[in-house]
Amino acid sequence: MSRKTSSLFSAALVGPALIGSFRKLDPRAMIRNPVMFVVEVVAALTTVLFARDLVAGGSDLFFSGQIVLWLWFTLLFANFAEALAEGRGKAQADSLRRTRTEMTAKRLTGQGRAYETVPGTSLKVGDVVLVEAGDLIPSDGEVIEGVASVNEAAITGESAPVIRESGGDRSAVTGGTQVLSDEIKVRITAAAGSTFVDRMIALVEGAARQKTPNEIALNILLAGLTIVFVFAVATIPSFASYAGGSIPVIVLVALFVTLIPTTIGALLSAIGIAGMDRLVRFNVLAMSGRAVEAAGDVDTLLLDKTGTITLGNRQATEFRPVRGVSEQDLADAAQLASLADETPEGRSIVVLAKDKYGIRARDMAGLNATFVPFTAQSRMSGVDLEGSSIRKGAVDAVIASVSRPPMATRGSSAALAYQPTAETEVVGEIRAIAEDIAKAGGTPLAVAQDGRLLGVVYLKDIVKGGIRERFAELRRMGIRTVMITGDNPMTAAAIAAEAGVDDFLAQATPEDKLALIRREQAEGKLVAMCGDGTNDAPALAQADVGVAMNTGTVAAREAGNMVDLDSDPTKLIEIVGIGKQLLMTRGALTTFSIANDVAKYFAIIPAMFLTLYPQLQALNVMGLASPQSAILSAIIFNALVIVALIPLALRGVTYRPVGAASLLRRNLLVYGLGGVLVPFVAIKAIDMAVTALHLA
Amino acid sequence: MTPNGWIQTALFCAVVLALVKPLGWYMTRVFTGERTPLSPVIGPVERGLYRAAGIDERHEQTWLGYGLAMLAFHGLGFLLLYAVLRLQDVLPLNPMVQSAVAPDLAFNTAASFVTNTNWQNYGGESTLSYLSQMLGLTHQNFLSAATGIALAVALIRGFARASARTVGSFWVDLTRCTLYVLLPICVVYALFLVSQGMPQTLSAYIDATTLEGAKQTIAVGPVASQVAIKMLGTNGGGFFNANAAHPFENPTALSNFVQIVSIFALGAALTNVFGRMVGDERQGWAILATMGVLFLAGVAVTYASEASGSSVLNGLGLTGGNMEGKEVRFGIVASALFAVVTTAASCGAVNAMHDSFTALGGLIPLINMQLGEIIVGGVGAGLYGMLVFVVVAIFVAGLMVGRTPEYLGKKIEAREVKMAMLAILCLPLMMLGGTALATVLPAGLAGPANAGPHGFSEILYALTSAAANNGSAFGGLSGNTPFYNSLLALGMLVGRFFVIIPALAIAGSLAAKKRVPASAGTFPTHGGLFVGLLVGVILIVGGLTFFPSLALGPVVEHLAGAAGQTFATGG
Repeated sequence: MSRKTSSLFSAALVGPALIGSFRKLDPRAMIRNPVMFVVEVVAALTTVLFARDLVAGGSDLFFSGQIVLWLWFTLLFANFAEALAEGRGKAQADSLRRTRTEMTAKRLTGQGRAYETVPGTSLKVGDVVLVEAGDLIPSDGEVIEGVASVNEAAITGESAPVIRESGGDRSAVTGGTQVLSDEIKVRITAAAGSTFVDRMIALVEGAARQKTPNEIALNILLAGLTIVFVFAVATIPSFASYAGGSIPVIVLVALFVTLIPTTIGALLSAIGIAGMDRLVRFNVLAMSGRAVEAAGDVDTLLLDKTGTITLGNRQATEFRPVRGVSEQDLADAAQLASLADETPEGRSIVVLAKDKYGIRARDMAGLNATFVPFTAQSRMSGVDLEGSSIRKGAVDAVIASVSRPPMATRGSSAALAYQPTAETEVVGEIRAIAEDIAKAGGTPLAVAQDGRLLGVVYLKDIVKGGIRERFAELRRMGIRTVMITGDNPMTAAAIAAEAGVDDFLAQATPEDKLALIRREQAEGKLVAMCGDGTNDAPALAQADVGVAMNTGTVAAREAGNMVDLDSDPTKLIEIVGIGKQLLMTRGALTTFSIANDVAKYFAIIPAMFLTLYPQLQALNVMGLASPQSAILSAIIFNALVIVALIPLALRGVTYRPVGAASLLRRNLLVYGLGGVLVPFVAIKAIDMAVTALHLA
Repeated sequence: MTPNGWIQTALFCAVVLALVKPLGWYMTRVFTGERTPLSPVIGPVERGLYRAAGIDERHEQTWLGYGLAMLAFHGLGFLLLYAVLRLQDVLPLNPMVQSAVAPDLAFNTAASFVTNTNWQNYGGESTLSYLSQMLGLTHQNFLSAATGIALAVALIRGFARASARTVGSFWVDLTRCTLYVLLPICVVYALFLVSQGMPQTLSAYIDATTLEGAKQTIAVGPVASQVAIKMLGTNGGGFFNANAAHPFENPTALSNFVQIVSIFALGAALTNVFGRMVGDERQGWAILATMGVLFLAGVAVTYASEASGSSVLNGLGLTGGNMEGKEVRFGIVASALFAVVTTAASCGAVNAMHDSFTALGGLIPLINMQLGEIIVGGVGAGLYGMLVFVVVAIFVAGLMVGRTPEYLGKKIEAREVKMAMLAILCLPLMMLGGTALATVLPAGLAGPANAGPHGFSEILYALTSAAANNGSAFGGLSGNTPFYNSLLALGMLVGRFFVIIPALAIAGSLAAKKRVPASAGTFPTHGGLFVGLLVGVILIVGGLTFFPSLALGPVVEHLAGAAGQTFATGG
């Protein structure tokens, strides 16, 4: 706790923030925050009055001087909170900005490789540039030709290079990242000043921060309360004159400023910036504050199975031969077919064959074997040996291949020996095994050798450890999880049950996804999803929170309202947590701020009216030493509480994944009841200090 | 305080609670246009009225259309009432030859009745003709009450509907409320009051000779019919000057009890209508529970304070409760209960003089009104006032569950907050602003009868009562002056319509929204936690604003009294 706090207030951040606090006193900046603007106006007026009294020689100058001073402190503390929050993003922005300077681009002038060197800032949308090994990519764009490894450490902080290639789902490149090998042609998709990095800088610095809808509503509430207290305080002089006395302006000002919700008014923008900052630290960029708020409201999470719920790769866990074939033979054939297969599934078959049956890897060249790679048409891969061929692949595809002899051997004796009835029995058996595996959530991979079906390899989806607990947490938070998968419904159901998701969408096409999102939204729910491909773009745009993977296409990145720089789909869950934390922090501090007013009334009202009606001393429940010390203590508390709450505003209220009812009970107790009680104790303590120091 | 007193209070609460469900069921059917047991009788009348007025009962209005219809209706009602009062000397049915009502008083009275305040700066029998009483006042008693209920129903529809453009038809709601709810109950109610000995006659006043041989004129008239709607519609304008303290206006203990119950009956039942229409009766009970907590706290303070009596008199050896200004027939508890009920609801009828209550006993009625009369409240007005506070409470604390605030599946956003704050703002503006004006201007300072804090309380009470549309008077204040007539009338108009219009705007904006289905992550609004939150927000946001004024009025009076200090008139 203390360590965290000290990092919040590290010297490198505090210095600039202190300077920023004074710079932010500019009324033009201040007016964005109605409550603090009112405080500034009042502070300026009382300063003028104080100056007049100083010259004309008024009474109680020491007291009014202190009040004036604390009014300005209140403002400075509020500015400090905001400046500190912004400062935390600044360091990151500076390193980003460095990548932007001095960038040149090789703009292609026509066909071929002819180019002219121009400053990166002069590029327009639609220009095509050549980026060679060692060059920085001058602006955001889409790879239209070539493939290259790119170092994106500047924006992701991840030093391992990534592949960017034309076509497909990995065609987006970001300005400021560096091509390490090969060369690519890039069509520019963002003009200077509006690139990804530019937006990121603006975001982390808080410059582009627009008030979110909820913030606007909260500001209205705070402004409304401020007006209510204008009525409450502005009418007091008349009441006092009826009672035959008068109240000094400085005391009225003190009452007014302590009553209006300065605490939340001061910390509101810091909370927003800090929330954004938490996302950035998490390597997620939100394109708007609205998206972060929406994340807190999410009712339904659409999660891709692969990579989010299960480990990216399926693994072979079992060989299931048909009758008359031994496991050993099936394993042997499967291993042969997979030796040259570099896919994770293929490798896992080789590993399983070795672990379980002791079949060692063989030298492909020695066997005179040729590898037949997987294609989308054949949906099979395999190996051709001398006089023999082995295929493994999707069950339907493999069955189809064996019931229809290869073209090359058609009409030969092998084809004449073809026995349909016997084959049908085996096909039935294969199908039965495959169905069993699918029901258990696995993926069946049929294996055939020379037109004879041998059996099925059981590829299992490995559900990520701890994911079940995460989904249980989400359920307690009232969030429904839907697993999206291309698997058939049986497999999907089994994995869904194992992972503990609430629902699943099997054999999902992009259209299905979009329809699902629309259906949920029609019921009034907010939907979050993540995606990377161009075909995800409509769904990402439709979703209330669309997190695009940084590895994705330009279309996906433009469609989403957040970008995950680490391209980790599991983060969706954390993003929801961050959104909720932001809203909770805002609510907690608002509640605290308003609840504080009870004690402030009890401090100031008896002090204020004591000369009119000494009986009101009975309301001085805190037993504050004197009217002046009471008023001074209240205004000091009002200023210091801002500083005391800066760590909470920046770190956020701890979010626990429990139901709304228990969350509310806890927070109401801490920030509501606590907000009523804490100031009684604190004001009393300050009063004792003020009295001991003879300040009043 | 006696066990008898608490039993009376408990019995009162039990009867009100027992009425909530049946009345709620009935009113829900009325306002959703379903068939009711009375439909065969009233249906033809209702349809006939629509035909005569050219209203299509299936045509619904947007919030703006609804509001404009309401304003036009009340604008004309106001003009009619003002004209009748000003011209009563030349109009018929004026056997006592009353002269025309003065412009400022006519303005005040018209505003008073149109806004359901029924503040009386006029003396009924000495100022008004029969025509003014019947055409002017009685019909507004019905219509202002029906309007309040209609508006509450419109706001309920805002919560109950989703993706809707309209909030109902003002004409239909007004007609149904009057025909199905107010008139039938009043007929039975008036007959009951007659059975208790209340006069209901059109004959002249009765002359009697007293034991001393003096001649006394005993005023009678169609009392029961007017008292029924006065209580049921939380109007409060009495037939007699002494209001419900008068033996003919409140003849027996039973009539007293039934009258208090009838003040709360419709307002409490509307919470059930709310629950039923939004599809979860528990939501209505939570609202009623919030009202109940605040109400019982008020009763406890007032009753305890009245029962322990004046500390100054106690100091002189005169122990016992405070009976000054109370009917001996009713005693302390029935008077205290009546005072809290009549100010919690926007009724304003009185069976004892609030001016004579102890300082703390009088503090509660003031607070009840300053909170905006949301503790059951005026028929309809109490519910929509309370829902405005719900919007604020949900907005402040709802964020703490980590979602943008929502109530009953409706997101509370900038527009709702803006309108809720507008509605909340107008009360301190009129109550505190008006009091501030009256306490510095000579015309205002001429009003109060007492010096010191009590005089201050008299002014504060009058402005508060007007802006809250209560109509009860603290007494002691000479209000029939051009200054007070105008200021109070302004207070009543602002306090009524500047709450209604924002509330309607909230209804329109909510009706248009989609409904978010509830989940484990939704802010639960039907339990004790929500009740506690709502009570807290009402007291802090609605109540603390008035702390300085209360401190200078009843609080200091109480503290001074406890110390044995009094304030001399003119001092």
